[in-house]
Amino acid sequence: MARIGVFVCHCGTNIAGVVNIQKVVEAVQLLPGVVYVADERYTCSDVGQTSITQAIKEHQLNRLVVAACSPRMHEATFRQAVARAGLNPYLLEIANIREQCSWVHSKEKEEATEKAIELIKMAVAKVSRDEPLFPRKVGLTKRALVIGGGIAGIQAALDIASAGIETVLVEREPTIGGRMAQLDKTFPTLDCSSCILTPKMVEASHHPNIRLMTYSEVKAVRGFVGNFEVDILKRARKVDESKCTSCGICWQKCPEKVPAEFDRELGKRSAIYLSFPQAVPNKPVIDLPHCRYIKFQEWQKNPQGKKPMECRICEKLCPPQAVDWSQQDEMVTEKFGAIVVATGFQTFDPTGYGEYGYGRYPDVITGLEMERMLSASGPTGGEVRRPSDGEHPKTVVFISCVGSRDEKVGRPYCSKICCMYMAKQSIMLKEHDPEIQSYIFYIDIRAAGKGYEEFSRRAQEEAGTLYLRGRISQIYRQGGKLMVMGEDSLIGRQVEIAADLVVLAAGVEPATGAKELAQTLHISYDQYGFMNEAHPKLKPVETNTDGIYLAGACVSPKDIPDAVANGGAAAAKAMGLLSQESLVTDPMVASVDPMKCISCFMCQEVCPFHAVDKQKLRDGREVAVINESLCKGCGLCVASCRPGAINLRGFTNQQLLEEVTSLWR
Amino acid sequence: MAVDAEPRIVGFLCNWCSYAGADLAGTSRMAYPPNIRIIRVPCSGRVDPLFVAKCFEQGVDGVLVAGCHPGDCHYVQGNYFARRRFNLMGRFLDYLGIEKERLRLEWVSASEGKRFATAVSDFTQALKKLGPRTNPT
Repeated sequence: MARIGVFVCHCGTNIAGVVNIQKVVEAVQLLPGVVYVADERYTCSDVGQTSITQAIKEHQLNRLVVAACSPRMHEATFRQAVARAGLNPYLLEIANIREQCSWVHSKEKEEATEKAIELIKMAVAKVSRDEPLFPRKVGLTKRALVIGGGIAGIQAALDIASAGIETVLVEREPTIGGRMAQLDKTFPTLDCSSCILTPKMVEASHHPNIRLMTYSEVKAVRGFVGNFEVDILKRARKVDESKCTSCGICWQKCPEKVPAEFDRELGKRSAIYLSFPQAVPNKPVIDLPHCRYIKFQEWQKNPQGKKPMECRICEKLCPPQAVDWSQQDEMVTEKFGAIVVATGFQTFDPTGYGEYGYGRYPDVITGLEMERMLSASGPTGGEVRRPSDGEHPKTVVFISCVGSRDEKVGRPYCSKICCMYMAKQSIMLKEHDPEIQSYIFYIDIRAAGKGYEEFSRRAQEEAGTLYLRGRISQIYRQGGKLMVMGEDSLIGRQVEIAADLVVLAAGVEPATGAKELAQTLHISYDQYGFMNEAHPKLKPVETNTDGIYLAGACVSPKDIPDAVANGGAAAAKAMGLLSQESLVTDPMVASVDPMKCISCFMCQEVCPFHAVDKQKLRDGREVAVINESLCKGCGLCVASCRPGAINLRGFTNQQLLEEVTSLWR
Repeated sequence: MAVDAEPRIVGFLCNWCSYAGADLAGTSRMAYPPNIRIIRVPCSGRVDPLFVAKCFEQGVDGVLVAGCHPGDCHYVQGNYFARRRFNLMGRFLDYLGIEKERLRLEWVSASEGKRFATAVSDFTQALKKLGPRTNPT
């Protein structure tokens, strides 16, 4: 016999200011099964929770309804209160009379009161069909996977590993370091980027609990929180890392030179190459599509055209004979308990802005290209030179918001870092050559951050950078100069600057392949391809998939301190998960009545999580059975089960139908 | 059954997007007509056509099924099943003599409180225009 207790919450005046609590209490008392009704000013408070536990004990309640705020807010709180009274915590239902009643019907008090009564009626009907549920315990793998070896990923890996948890750091490039490794200096302190990053890279590679897997990609993810199984493709370097001493002979002697991606194609690299001198691991890799020996091998298989040179110079010259042609791509499967995604960003390709002439005029470059030029280990050895003629520029124009805050190119968001890096580069230019005059065309100067506004002022006051508010309409070449046509919207006049070099502050967008990775991981992403956090305010590093966390610019544009803080936060979440001895699973999952199952296995077809298995009964029949560890409780199988053999605990057919029919009783 | 000028609506809202969206409408104090009674389900794909049929059998004027936007389902593809199922069910309703406009499928994300409030207001308006059910039970 159900003995249902109902608590109606005032929530101060949030509910009581609209809903007539007295009327609600009187109506609810008459509902079938209800033996106790109370109203509380704040049910979620200590006092309120104590009166719940007391009422359960005093009135021998075996079901409870709390009519208060959304279950998304305090369901867990009230479950704990119910459990403290010795009752199964799943014998509780919440009637949402705040978010979905008093707050939206504040002008219609009578209707709101009526609605509150009906919502409670439905909850009472549902709770009368509730059954005690028992969470199960499953084991977990105490290992973590970090995807992406930029600064956020490195930080996350270091923090997790320092807690004594074995961590694998996967990076698709041949070296870790990410975008930060490409930078010259960092704002607002002008710290040398390499000087602060490379020690961390080395620390990650030497950490006893970190295993680096560079030149590798995550291809498939199976399993669930605590028990992920991940397929990682380890691409062949064709260089035996254990033998290689990084002497550099191979990449100096390799005859094939191609544009260097790391230097944004401003310089050249050989086909066997090290991305940059401080790369970690400090071992070269052979770029197969460009390698002459590979081309030769292909020619041998299919002799068409001119016979290429066999080459193999790197192999012949390598003192420790580390070049290993027999290496093949290899798929490895590893188990992890938690995954941190830190795939970072790339910069927007400004070719779409025809008026700026990027790609047409060699002296129109992006911020990242400028960064490589400023870097002492960059293609120009730290000298700023025009790509067209190698001259030192004297007049440099920066254009902000290229691929940011612009609906036209589908990038309406602010990229956050550009205002600051333009200020930084203008200061650096002045340091390199005091004769350089920089102009920055901006829309707004966004300098929110510790020391950022001061830094931006420093660019104006110390480096003499001229800030002009307005957009650029056109850039064209005249003589050796780039004529930049724009308007200064503050004085309302056209301006024309004859520049030697134009720098486009290309915005931030998710790294290529981020969407595909999100799909592999079953996590959601927004229209731009940035991954979605579980809650933008309160769960900034969690995803809606338990056990998968996010760090850095894969979520939204972030500067270095934010990315580092994010990496640490994601690590803390992963550590919290992995510090448990076992995991408690949600008992609200599907279950099959084998007697009713007709073996159509429609459930298996619709299940997105492969949680339905086939089980042979003693009488030889094959029926569906749910793997509770994989089931996430969506109920797709329930709605598609023809004989009604499957039910979803906590949301059974009977419970939901009871809710519908209760409205007309 | 007495003819009620105010239409009665039952809404099946998925826990991850639409129910959260409805909560957001509350948090942002976006008023909408008090005609709807909301039932929380884990996923729009959980909604059995039987539930909808039961609602109409009970005399409900309109049923709203709301889930995550296509591509955003917490359970990857539940809302696609809901979409197919209820497009089909609309045709079935016509056959039963119940206007198919009385069943509505909406996509409301957790950040779209406004969209939810508008959806309920529009639906209530549409049902008022449609008038009371001709075959209430």
